[in-house]
Amino acid sequence: MKKSFGRRLFLGCNLVFLTLLSLMCLMPILHILSISFSSGSAASAGKVLLWPVEFTPAAYQNVFGKPEYLRAFWVTIQRVVLGTAISMFLTILTAYPLSKETHQFGMRTFYAWIFVFTILFNGGLIPWYMTIKAVGLIDSIWALVLPGAVQVFNIILLLNFYRNLPKELEESSRIDGAGHFTTLWKIYAPLSLPALATTGLFTIVWHWNSWFDGMILMNHPDHYPLQTFLQSIIIKMDLRFLKSQDIELMQKLSDRTSKAAQIFVAAFPILVIYPVLQRFFIKGIVMGSVKE
Amino acid sequence: MNQLARRWKREWPLHFMVVPALIFLVLFSYIPMAGVLMAFQKYIPTKGLFGSPMVGLKHFKYLLDYPDIGRIVFNTLYIATMKIIAGLAVPITIAILLNELRQEWMKRAFQTMVYLPHFLSWVLLSGIIIDVLSPSTGIINQILSLFGAKPIFFLGDNKWFPYVMVITDVWKEFGFGTIIYLAALTNINPSLYEAAEIDGAGRWKQTLNVTLPGMMPIIVLMLTLNIGNVLNAGFDQIFNLYSPQVYESGDVIDTFVYRMGIEQAQYGFATAVGLLKSVVSFILISVSYVMAYRFANYRIF
Repeated sequence: MKKSFGRRLFLGCNLVFLTLLSLMCLMPILHILSISFSSGSAASAGKVLLWPVEFTPAAYQNVFGKPEYLRAFWVTIQRVVLGTAISMFLTILTAYPLSKETHQFGMRTFYAWIFVFTILFNGGLIPWYMTIKAVGLIDSIWALVLPGAVQVFNIILLLNFYRNLPKELEESSRIDGAGHFTTLWKIYAPLSLPALATTGLFTIVWHWNSWFDGMILMNHPDHYPLQTFLQSIIIKMDLRFLKSQDIELMQKLSDRTSKAAQIFVAAFPILVIYPVLQRFFIKGIVMGSVKE
Repeated sequence: MNQLARRWKREWPLHFMVVPALIFLVLFSYIPMAGVLMAFQKYIPTKGLFGSPMVGLKHFKYLLDYPDIGRIVFNTLYIATMKIIAGLAVPITIAILLNELRQEWMKRAFQTMVYLPHFLSWVLLSGIIIDVLSPSTGIINQILSLFGAKPIFFLGDNKWFPYVMVITDVWKEFGFGTIIYLAALTNINPSLYEAAEIDGAGRWKQTLNVTLPGMMPIIVLMLTLNIGNVLNAGFDQIFNLYSPQVYESGDVIDTFVYRMGIEQAQYGFATAVGLLKSVVSFILISVSYVMAYRFANYRIF
């Protein structure tokens, strides 16, 4: 069937519009990338658009030569690895009993409400802070890992996924004499790969991006994760991190290129992993939200 | 008794699996809930929750007399409501437009690009936004100056600040929001479109009479579930972008609680404000979930 003129005009406009829209999402990041590779003078003169002017990697040499930045990067890596491992373990383990029917697990509904209640109500910022302080986690890496270890949304997503797996799988494995633990690790976990990839990605990104807990739970800036460190120097412009040789360097580099480089380095790992996992998380979100 | 023992024998591994997560929840969610007692105390850190003197409703009375409280509540509701409405309308529109693309790879390429800001933190995005909107070197003001406009201090001007919050929030989240609507679009029965075409409906008519009604359940569901967010104006974003000169238009409940509680150490007062917010949010979220269950048969688990 031949398309009418109006239809072709619409499709053309639609394509142009969507292209512009996508550029709007990419451009700010490309702009920052270009600034980070430009010379300090070109950046402060505002000559940089979407391509570096007077190309130089100096800003990156500065970032990777900064012990504070590398230390913060290391804290973030620790929290991502520890936090994701603990959270995923708890998510896989907890979603299984909660995915059972009431006749299989009498207290299922009771437990489920205990979990759901925590997303409906919370004690607020100050009691939360006081509790973590009382537990003695202030200034420890565990303060960034343990308080957020149970991710109720991820548990719900995974339990809905478990519930959509064919019931016969569990029955046959039970008939073969497998207990609940074997059924979970050998049958459920391998079959939920899309949902696990989704929740895993969300957890990694959540840990990578968290900054507020670092800001209020770490007294010493040496313990800041990367995002908190960046928050303190880029947004709050905390001068504690500036040393005299930095100020000298600033004149060569300009504040702007150095900030841009630090932002880009912190964004880079996310830019690399999310497109790879895209097909998983679309499937995981859609399937996890479908209920029978 | 015998029945209970048999049941325990059958179900104990399931209890065992819930326990680890339960311990974490008690420690980091339920104990802080008990900590709201501080809202009724003159909390003294050295004396702790049980040794601090009770002051009754003093903090709540103080809050009612607090000069800026009306403005703070208004800012919260104003920014949050605009975000909810724009956060529905934009992703729905974009999902419909994306769905018009016939080539799968193109659809996926566009999606990959528009998701990007969702995955970056507000710290990084704020760093970028501050740079881009800067009145002296920012690219937006440079473009405006080409048209002879005077530079606008978007983040320092009370006229602009709330709208900048809404626009940048929609910019960050609309791409991710399209996922759920695109899924709903692909579930619409194709024979409905065929029938509409036989009846002489063009593409526009089909969108109005088939696509939108087909999406209605999910639209209503998302709107309902968002009711609980009217007190969440977005702490991460506003905290990183605001400054004292825009408190008038940008200070919201969460930023206020942070300043009172963490910066000024008025623990009891900040807890009281937070408690009020939690209680109102709890009622709104509960009502919205009940409504979602009644009208859309939506269940959380």
